Amino acid sequence: MHSSRIKSHTVITFLFLATTAMLFSFTMSALCAEPALKDASFIPQWSPQAQFAGYYVAFEKGIYRKYGINLTMKTGGPQSVPVDLLEKEEVDFGTVWLSTAIQKRSQGIRLVNISQIVQRSALMLVAKKGRGITRPEDINGKKVGMWRDEFRLQPLAFFKKFGLNVTIIPQSYSVNLFLRDGVDVASAMWYNEYHTIMSAGVNPDELTSFFFHEYGLNFPEDGIYTLERSFKKDPAVVCSFAKASVEGWQYAFKHPDEALDIVLKYMAMANVPANRVHQKWMLGRMKDLILPEDDRGIAIGALAKQDYLRVAGELMRNGLINQAPGYDDFYKECAKYAEK
Amino acid sequence: MLRNKGIAFKLVLFFTLSSACIFTAIFTYNYFVSRQMIAKGIEENAGNLIMTTTNKIGTLLSATQKVPENIAYFLENSTNDEQELFQVLYAIVEKNPEIYGAAIAFEPYMFKKDRKFFAPYFYKAYGAINFKYLDEHYNYFLWDWYQIPKEIERPEWVEPYFGEGGGILMSSYSVPFYKKVDNKRQIAGVIVVDISLENLRNIVSSIKILQSGYGFLISKNGTFVTHPLKEFIMNETIFTVAEAREDPQLRDVGRKMIKGGHGVAPMWVKSAVTGKSCWMAYMPITSSGWSLGVLFPQDELMADITSLNQIVLFLGITGLILLAVAVVFIARSITGPLRHMAKATEHIGAGNFDIELPPVKTGDEVGRLSEAFSFMRESLKEYIGELTEATASRERMESELKIAHDIQMGILPKKFPPYPERTEFDIYATIKPAREIGGDFYDFFFVDDEHLCFVIADVSGKGIPAALFMALTKTLLKAKATMGLATDKIISRLNEDLCIGNDMSMFVTVFCGILNVKTGEVQYTNGGHNPPLLIKGSGDVAYLEKSGELLVGAMEEAQYTARTITFGPGDSLFLYTDGVTEAMNERNELFSEERLQKELSECQDKNVDHMVSEVMQKIEGFTGSAPQSDDITMMMITYKGK
Repeated sequence: MHSSRIKSHTVITFLFLATTAMLFSFTMSALCAEPALKDASFIPQWSPQAQFAGYYVAFEKGIYRKYGINLTMKTGGPQSVPVDLLEKEEVDFGTVWLSTAIQKRSQGIRLVNISQIVQRSALMLVAKKGRGITRPEDINGKKVGMWRDEFRLQPLAFFKKFGLNVTIIPQSYSVNLFLRDGVDVASAMWYNEYHTIMSAGVNPDELTSFFFHEYGLNFPEDGIYTLERSFKKDPAVVCSFAKASVEGWQYAFKHPDEALDIVLKYMAMANVPANRVHQKWMLGRMKDLILPEDDRGIAIGALAKQDYLRVAGELMRNGLINQAPGYDDFYKECAKYAEK
Repeated sequence: MLRNKGIAFKLVLFFTLSSACIFTAIFTYNYFVSRQMIAKGIEENAGNLIMTTTNKIGTLLSATQKVPENIAYFLENSTNDEQELFQVLYAIVEKNPEIYGAAIAFEPYMFKKDRKFFAPYFYKAYGAINFKYLDEHYNYFLWDWYQIPKEIERPEWVEPYFGEGGGILMSSYSVPFYKKVDNKRQIAGVIVVDISLENLRNIVSSIKILQSGYGFLISKNGTFVTHPLKEFIMNETIFTVAEAREDPQLRDVGRKMIKGGHGVAPMWVKSAVTGKSCWMAYMPITSSGWSLGVLFPQDELMADITSLNQIVLFLGITGLILLAVAVVFIARSITGPLRHMAKATEHIGAGNFDIELPPVKTGDEVGRLSEAFSFMRESLKEYIGELTEATASRERMESELKIAHDIQMGILPKKFPPYPERTEFDIYATIKPAREIGGDFYDFFFVDDEHLCFVIADVSGKGIPAALFMALTKTLLKAKATMGLATDKIISRLNEDLCIGNDMSMFVTVFCGILNVKTGEVQYTNGGHNPPLLIKGSGDVAYLEKSGELLVGAMEEAQYTARTITFGPGDSLFLYTDGVTEAMNERNELFSEERLQKELSECQDKNVDHMVSEVMQKIEGFTGSAPQSDDITMMMITYKGK
């Protein structure tokens, strides 16, 4: 009698629990089913390095996934130019210099900027103090190593501003010509060549650095671009990508060592010689360029109109474009689209 | 603290500490000198090794340098004959096994007016000599090998690079050449030869120093051209390594190296392979501006010295321990007998002379001390024995003397009032003997019915002679007095008798008086005694005038006179010995005659016994706890009349 009562009680309890569990699981799957991830692809404008740490970190840490994107990360390099791939629709997103993107758009490739990551020019001129150069005026009559195309815009504007006559020597990928005193002034990216020069035994105090943003010639550089068509089709996913990328950068700056590990891993995968110290320098400078200390109140990832107009204006002055694309057509501020 | 420790402890501490100091000093000196010697050895060895290696590399490179330099000279004056150029280039690649490839690259339109790019290139590949033109796709104008010598206008070794197809590390030597155009010498192009650096790498990687030392080569940019760690080669510079290690010293050395310096960086350079501290010697390869570094692992270099030092240290410590043990042993041999003797001394101090002393084993100081100690114990034992005996006999004698003294005191009249039936006068006397037996006495007796003779005397000296002399004096005096003589005669006779056979030259002061109780007339003679005080019934107190007469017993022919005073009723005479006036307090002040006179005149109660007692109290009050040095004797006589 006693035992049978226990038995019936147990059965009832079991049935109750089983029903509850089933109900619960149905409800959960209905509520929490991830909306199907949307496929997208991305390419940075060069082979893996800390210049793109934010994207690799966002990819590696599942931030794109969190924003509903199943991303394919393509490896950049000299043979894979993002603008070309974007134009051919072989890739959905890519990083491009602001000046390049404006030119391309005016040439008919309808790129839109969905996030201006690098706010400040990393392009700079360096000179050896030992060659008597400590002020912009000292460059007059000297040999200056210069890269091609958009890398010349700022230096030329700079020379014009100070009325300098210089001998332009085409500059290759190495800084050896500068190190051997074959040129007096060299072009450099702050996060890259500048450190290469230091890594060849030149001390910073032996160099004079000309940062263009200090001379009113700031050109924001790397931004994230997509085709206008893609943006119109699904602004939500485009802006999710932009936001995830920004979050990736923020994570990288907060966890620099982890970010470096991730970058070095991708460098190894791409068979690119990797030097941790160099990448560490690069990540540190990217932080300075993306989050400048004298923040002009521009939110991370935003394109300031005055920066846009300055770059477009300089392009026009140099005859590289005939007409500047409209700021609002060119820049799609994702804050307006992403939140729903 | 240390003061209370034993000798053994102090000895061990002192010897061990001082030896340890000496040892440490020697050890340290030895260590540093041997290290310096090693360092010097390294510098010499390193110098030789590095010199040989850099020479080898230098020869290798400068042999290569000659070829394009000669061509440059040749081209300067040659006509631009394409066929001739091909032959020359082909010959260079064919005839020089170390040369992998060679090109002559012309400035735009310098070879022919219509050719911007002209650069024939012969190179070895697939076991044959191949040919190609370096063209606009390659755009040789932008390459370091072309641009650098052109801009700096002198030959240059370009930074090493991995050859096409990877794997082989190469470098190129490029030489600018010039031509005269319109009588102006201007740049015409660059001759370049490529060489494999494999031979050079083999030379450097053959450097093996002890177990883990190695050599490395850096380029002009500080880039590692050879290094035991493969990932360093062409990927790290000495400066990125310094940056990663946060080692500014390494950066400084790197700068010296790429600037063509040479030297030795001591100790703080860490091996990239083992992480050990190393000495790093470096020397430039002048032909290319590269630099060779060789790391000598510190601990491996010092291994012999370290093991030697360990042995020395071990020996030193063992020696110190042995020394400490020996010191303990020696100290024990000293302190053992000393402790034994200390204990024996305690016993001896407590009077136990039969305690056993440590046996004398040695002839050293401790042995002699034991011997002396033993002798001292025997002497002490003997002395104490004698002393005990002497003390006992002295005590016996003293007690006998005491008895004699008591008897002597007993012969003085002690009963007061002595003549209760006599109303004409009162007499009272007291004597307080000093601890030692003294020679004071007093006496009074009737010579006949009317005449009372009273005497007070003080014999010179103390002790038994004084006591005997006093007894003699008293007896003689009484004998003379009872003969009915006048006082001067009594004293004279006494003097004569005492002088006879007085070899000891003893003497006595005596005051002798005879009172006629009927008339109150007093006849007296003072034989050198303190003058008594006359106390009038009216209360006046005055000393009798000093007689100026001699002590008794000193000179046989001394003359004495008798004087007379007459008492009125109530007059008194106070007699005393010098024990009264010369009583001394703790400040060595005398009671004095003045004080005595004063005390007497202040006395209210004129009864003889009361007055004498009161004076005695005053004396005791005055002297306090100061010991009494002389007998105090006082006598007072008051005439009352009939």
